Amino acid sequence: MAFANDVRFPVDRREILGRLQAILPRHLVLAEEEELRPYECDGLTAYRALPLIVVLPETETQVGAILKACHELKVPLVPRGAATGLSGGAMPHEDGVVLSLARFKKILKIDPLSRTAVVQPGVRNLAVSEAAAPYGLYYAPDPSSQIACTIGGNVAENSGGVHCLKYGLTVHNVLKVRGFTINGEAVEFGAEALDAAGLDLLAIINGSEGLLAVITEVTVKLTPKPELAQVVLAYFDDVQKAGNAVADVIAAGIIPGGLEMMDKPATHAVEPYVKAGYDLDAEAVLLCESDGTPVEVAEEIERMKAVLEKSGATSLVVSQNEAERLRFWAGRKAAFPAVGRITPDYLCMDGTIPRKRLAEMLEAIADLSVKYGLRCANVFHAGDGNLHPLIMYDANQPGELERATAFGSEILELSVKLGGTITGEHGVGVEKVDLMAAQFTPAEISAFHRLKAAFDEKGLLNPGKGIPTLARCREYTQTRGAAAVTPPPRF
Amino acid sequence: MDAQLKEWIARVHDAAEAGKALCIRGGGSKDFYGAVPVGELLDTTGYRGIVSYEPTELVVTVRAGTPLAELEAALKEKGQCLPFEPPHFGAGATVGGMVAAGLSGPRRAAVGAVRDYVLGVKLIDGKGGLLAFGGQVMKNVAGYDVPRLMAGSLGTLGLLTEISLKVLPLPMAGMTLRFAMTETEALKKLNEWGGKPLPIAASAWCDGALTVRLAGAFAAVRAAREALGGEEVADAGAFWQSLREQTHPFFAGDSPLWRVAVASVSPPLAQPGSTFVEWGGAQRWLRGELDAGQLRAIAAQCGGHATLFRADAESKARVGVFQPLSPVLARLHRNLKQAFDPAGVFNRGRMYPDY
Ligand SMILES: Cc1cc2nc3c(=O)[nH]c(=O)nc-3n(C[C@H](O)[C@H](O)[C@H](O)COP(=O)(O)OP(=O)(O)OC[C@H]3O[C@@H](n4cnc5c(N)ncnc54)[C@H](O)[C@@H]3O)c2cc1C
Repeated sequence: MAFANDVRFPVDRREILGRLQAILPRHLVLAEEEELRPYECDGLTAYRALPLIVVLPETETQVGAILKACHELKVPLVPRGAATGLSGGAMPHEDGVVLSLARFKKILKIDPLSRTAVVQPGVRNLAVSEAAAPYGLYYAPDPSSQIACTIGGNVAENSGGVHCLKYGLTVHNVLKVRGFTINGEAVEFGAEALDAAGLDLLAIINGSEGLLAVITEVTVKLTPKPELAQVVLAYFDDVQKAGNAVADVIAAGIIPGGLEMMDKPATHAVEPYVKAGYDLDAEAVLLCESDGTPVEVAEEIERMKAVLEKSGATSLVVSQNEAERLRFWAGRKAAFPAVGRITPDYLCMDGTIPRKRLAEMLEAIADLSVKYGLRCANVFHAGDGNLHPLIMYDANQPGELERATAFGSEILELSVKLGGTITGEHGVGVEKVDLMAAQFTPAEISAFHRLKAAFDEKGLLNPGKGIPTLARCREYTQTRGAAAVTPPPRF
Repeated sequence: MDAQLKEWIARVHDAAEAGKALCIRGGGSKDFYGAVPVGELLDTTGYRGIVSYEPTELVVTVRAGTPLAELEAALKEKGQCLPFEPPHFGAGATVGGMVAAGLSGPRRAAVGAVRDYVLGVKLIDGKGGLLAFGGQVMKNVAGYDVPRLMAGSLGTLGLLTEISLKVLPLPMAGMTLRFAMTETEALKKLNEWGGKPLPIAASAWCDGALTVRLAGAFAAVRAAREALGGEEVADAGAFWQSLREQTHPFFAGDSPLWRVAVASVSPPLAQPGSTFVEWGGAQRWLRGELDAGQLRAIAAQCGGHATLFRADAESKARVGVFQPLSPVLARLHRNLKQAFDPAGVFNRGRMYPDY
């Protein structure tokens, strides 16, 4: 599906191509259609656009020069990491240039004493942990896409992982970001110290979806590996009970290393693919992890088991060794591709709700699944209330994508109504840009535009994404009707 | 809408129109921090109370004028806390002031800062718009993370009216150990320990003694105590409280107090006067009439910055409270001020003199 970007630019393709070719060697500038094709979408394959040009710089000097050229000629620019994003954030702009950071692949420094790593943005998430492993350290945020996704993309999306309830999101694990503003000036946000002078701009660079600056270097915190980790699989004969068990664990004063949930359609998709050993009769499974010293883990696992049993778990399985623990997690981490195997296409939703509303949300999703005639598997970062309903559809069947999209929108609108948000970690991108109007008032949207203009007055960095134009907001409110946009009273 | 909010919005409108400055003030406990406050007083203490608190959600929402002590008492009752141990610096400290000042206490290096726990804010911007950002859930990437930007903004971007914070259970066990050590040895040890999975919650070095607080599960604290050695300190609560509130003798007297934030591995700063080290080496307090330019150059070399934390008005005006920004960052700061408060209504000059 083409995305109707309503922010357009009159660009002279030859002029910008000439400028970029003067900055970069020939092989780092792609401008032929067959070269551009692979860049037309990110992990959200339903939306596509062909850019005018793709550039693959190798040095910061080149990045600065590219930005200067685009800024001068008023050419929009979309930064791109590994393109695993699920909201279309890295989808090209049809009038613009894609700036790929794929060649910024160096781990510049691992310092075990200060427990930091300095990496280029194109370094894969998992590569940081692998490089830190010899020192007993790792990079805590672990998105399920961690074999592929890049640190630059992680910062831009403020990505989470299955362990972020205890260890934080990307924003909690990044000390410093080096980058370039749209006019090509080098800039540093944050510091090696735990804070920097002035306003906390690092906080807004995290999750800025490539709209505020281009990231060229990231200093991350490394965390000591716990001596031991064990995971409890808790099976339930009812998804609502599983949902309530999540709140019970937290109420008992336990902050698990990870607390994830999958429903039956999800385990059934995963099991043949990963052979994690899940019980396929259960309606839902919770993965509840404890980490620390062996004695600490033993104590905590007992407490967890007691709570889960009381919450109605039908059976509990505790991982007996590291290989088994990893196997239990592998199933969870492979949930998206596993669902991808059993359906031609799927959309992954990302709403977050207060934990206590989980059961209610699950019920609503089941009803919507019937209403739209589409299957849905549920994978949750349950401890954070972050839901990933995977809506299955077939793009080749007329009308199915539209139905899937409408299904997803209803889930997200309900997330807002239940006191949550339309996106917990995947970002707004193009996918949810209209739904921003369900969560924010036009005055708030305008404030976001002013914040954006403080960094990028001409609006050239990743235009049309993240924050809707006010025209889009109006259209959304009119077409979705007042019913869809009545968040809880706010003032 | 609440009458107090209506009144504030009207005041902001008037001030913006008349080109007047407003000085946002909670309990006034942090009046000393930043440049000397100017403008007509806007007192937030009338707008108080806990709006919602659900221990199982780990989230509390409070009005900005709520006394910090009242919030902490409510959390304690449910076995929870603000893990970053924000300093009160006075009986009247409010939650709004805590967020605006962005100061964190002894446990910061282990658990994160104020900004890491801010989930949502409501605020009145410089044009009198009442806006809500973020929310009451743990993960939320819809729109820019304005709530975290507010932490430490010293009220220069808007009048915070309501704040949602993540809270955590109180640690189950705690213990404090003390070691006789030089500053150099202490910095080395702290960084080495930091690389191990030890439940170190806080640390402090001064006068040849390194004090370390352990916090966590009983078993973890016991095991760490075995591994680390040292001497157990009984009733250490008062000691940590004296750091948090700066009532420790190190902080007494009138000589200027500098806060230097550096990479934790930085060597001793070798400045005249006395030193107090916190946060595993990442926060260094210095006392004395120091050369601001030189100190700031050293701080920058060590990956950080130096703040003239407590000093008389004349010194603050002369050298500036906060480390000067690079030209690009200074421009972004001015632009952001323009975006949130174009007429310069709020806390004029409190952070940097130009806005
Ligand atoms: C199977 C699968 C599982 C996933 N699981 C998770 C998960 O558990 N948690 C989670 O949070 N996400 C998850 N994701 C989503 C995705 O992997 C993350 O959003 C990831 O951080 C994107 O990284 P990337 O390098 O692929 O970035 P891209 O997709 O290339 O880009 C993402 C955004 O970042 C911007 N960007 C990229 N690099 C830069 C840069 N250097 N400077 C400025 N802006 C930049 C882009 O413009 C775009 O807006 C998953 C995706 C898949 C496909």
